[in-house]
Amino acid sequence: MELAGAKVNAKVNSKKERSIKKGRIIERIVTYALLIGLSIVFIFPFLWLVGTSLKPESEALSFPPTIIPETWKFSNYKDVFTMVNFGQYYWNSIIVTLLTVLGTVLSSTLVAYGFARIKAKGRDMWFILLLATMMLPPQVTMIPVYMIFSKLGWVNSFLPLIVPAFFGNAYFIFLLRQFFKTIPKELEESAFLDGCGTFGIFWRIILPLSVPAVITVALLSFMWTWNDFLGPLIYLNDDSMYTLALGILQFKGALIISWGPMMAASVLIILPLIIIFFVGQKYFIEGIATTGGKG
Amino acid sequence: MNKSRTFLFYMFIMPWLVGFFIFTAGPMIYSLYMSFTDYSGLGAANWVGIENYKKIFTEDPLFWQSLWNTLFYTIIGVPLGLIVGYMLAVLLNSKVKFMGVFRTIFYLPSLVPTVASSLLWILIFQPDFGIANAILSFFHLPNSNWLLSEGMVKPSLIIMSLWGAGGGMVIYLAGLQSVPVALYEAAELDGAGKFRKFWNVTIPMTSNVIFFNLIMGLIGSFQVFTQAYVVSSGNGGPNYKSLFYVFYLYQDAFKFFKMGYASALAWILFIIILIFTVIQFKVFGKKVYYEFDE
Repeated sequence: MELAGAKVNAKVNSKKERSIKKGRIIERIVTYALLIGLSIVFIFPFLWLVGTSLKPESEALSFPPTIIPETWKFSNYKDVFTMVNFGQYYWNSIIVTLLTVLGTVLSSTLVAYGFARIKAKGRDMWFILLLATMMLPPQVTMIPVYMIFSKLGWVNSFLPLIVPAFFGNAYFIFLLRQFFKTIPKELEESAFLDGCGTFGIFWRIILPLSVPAVITVALLSFMWTWNDFLGPLIYLNDDSMYTLALGILQFKGALIISWGPMMAASVLIILPLIIIFFVGQKYFIEGIATTGGKG
Repeated sequence: MNKSRTFLFYMFIMPWLVGFFIFTAGPMIYSLYMSFTDYSGLGAANWVGIENYKKIFTEDPLFWQSLWNTLFYTIIGVPLGLIVGYMLAVLLNSKVKFMGVFRTIFYLPSLVPTVASSLLWILIFQPDFGIANAILSFFHLPNSNWLLSEGMVKPSLIIMSLWGAGGGMVIYLAGLQSVPVALYEAAELDGAGKFRKFWNVTIPMTSNVIFFNLIMGLIGSFQVFTQAYVVSSGNGGPNYKSLFYVFYLYQDAFKFFKMGYASALAWILFIIILIFTVIQFKVFGKKVYYEFDE
């Protein structure tokens, strides 16, 4: 009697197991199907971008559209540099971005260390103020700041775009402060006992240990500055000073748009960021995750 | 000893402190003052009291239009972006092969400079030869004028913003991966199925990242500018339907030389964002779970 019962139980159990297994397999299939489907949707605009950048104008405007160009017009990329001052725009963007990143890293690390490791009266109050400024819409200060730069005669130069970076950036100060706090205090204490001053500790101990965080800040800062549009829009008036963000709009004439070269120009703007991403991938992903992860 | 520490502290934060007064506190006060004047950017600034504010609320249809445009974009776009980003993260979190490849594919669009992406989407949404209408036609679905249509311009802009949902996905992924596995196991022991586990473990334990993204998303979305500027060729059309608030502010300040008026607009924006943020904190604040750190 018991043997028969055990056999029945075994049969019922393996049926359950099989249905759970079936459920899991279906789950896997659905997950992969969704992932692949969504990937196609997300990648498609990129393919369209590159494809159009290689099409002759007549094909770019054709309907129904062709996904792979029938004629490959590599000269679109050359045209980018001859139709507008693209080389100059590129150079301008590089200068503005690199200097901004430099200023951001220097100032933000300094300030973050102060907030992280130097206990003083009022520190908490200033920190809360710092956090509050992260939520302030820049439009509230945009006009007076423009007036300041105007009075200084800095309009139509790169200075309004670069100089503020040397005063720290709240977002990065916060990120770096959180990171500095994870460095063991013993390291600093023993350096202090060895006669090392606070700045020495900052320069010779904290910074070398913070290379990943600093790289993350540099990469994010690069990306944001490269992308900046409103800043150049209000401060740069001459075509020769335009950064890429402004310069690329030159392809968008009032009547005629040169789609091929315009897409080629877009590819050239995006390329550095993609390269930087692949080189510094883990810094991007971990860096962003850390700021957003823990409040 | 304490005195030198205080001195050191202020030395280190000096860059930010000075910047705060020059670029934040000072300008804030000055822009508040300017909002009560008729300053045009040149010449004198004459005190006009609350004239600007009165005009904004009673004589300025573009104020209401731009406010509506921004609210529409925010109220629909932010939650949608949140959901898409979160769902992508959930999909990626279920131990799949090639996770890195998928993650890159979803994340890469968020790195594309706004100007470049806007131009690309103008091409995609081009009514006559754009691929969007081509795909619709293929499925015998009606075509749209997308960015050139009064009704569709904002939904088109929202679609554009969803392409960048991978940016938020990365943050959600980190949050999802920090949920203790033990909680899922305990839930399973209590007989919880997939949906229960998601609703009662996953969501509450990631509520802090969701909340953070909600706030930042809201503040960011209220400031949408570049995309609208590029797709409407700088005029906020068609028929002012893409004239977002910050776009309108920019026009009044830098194109129409109404800097006093624009300052009033800026302060109204500030107060609106403040109110929205406070509301969010009040409504969701208590429900958010924070892991205790140091």
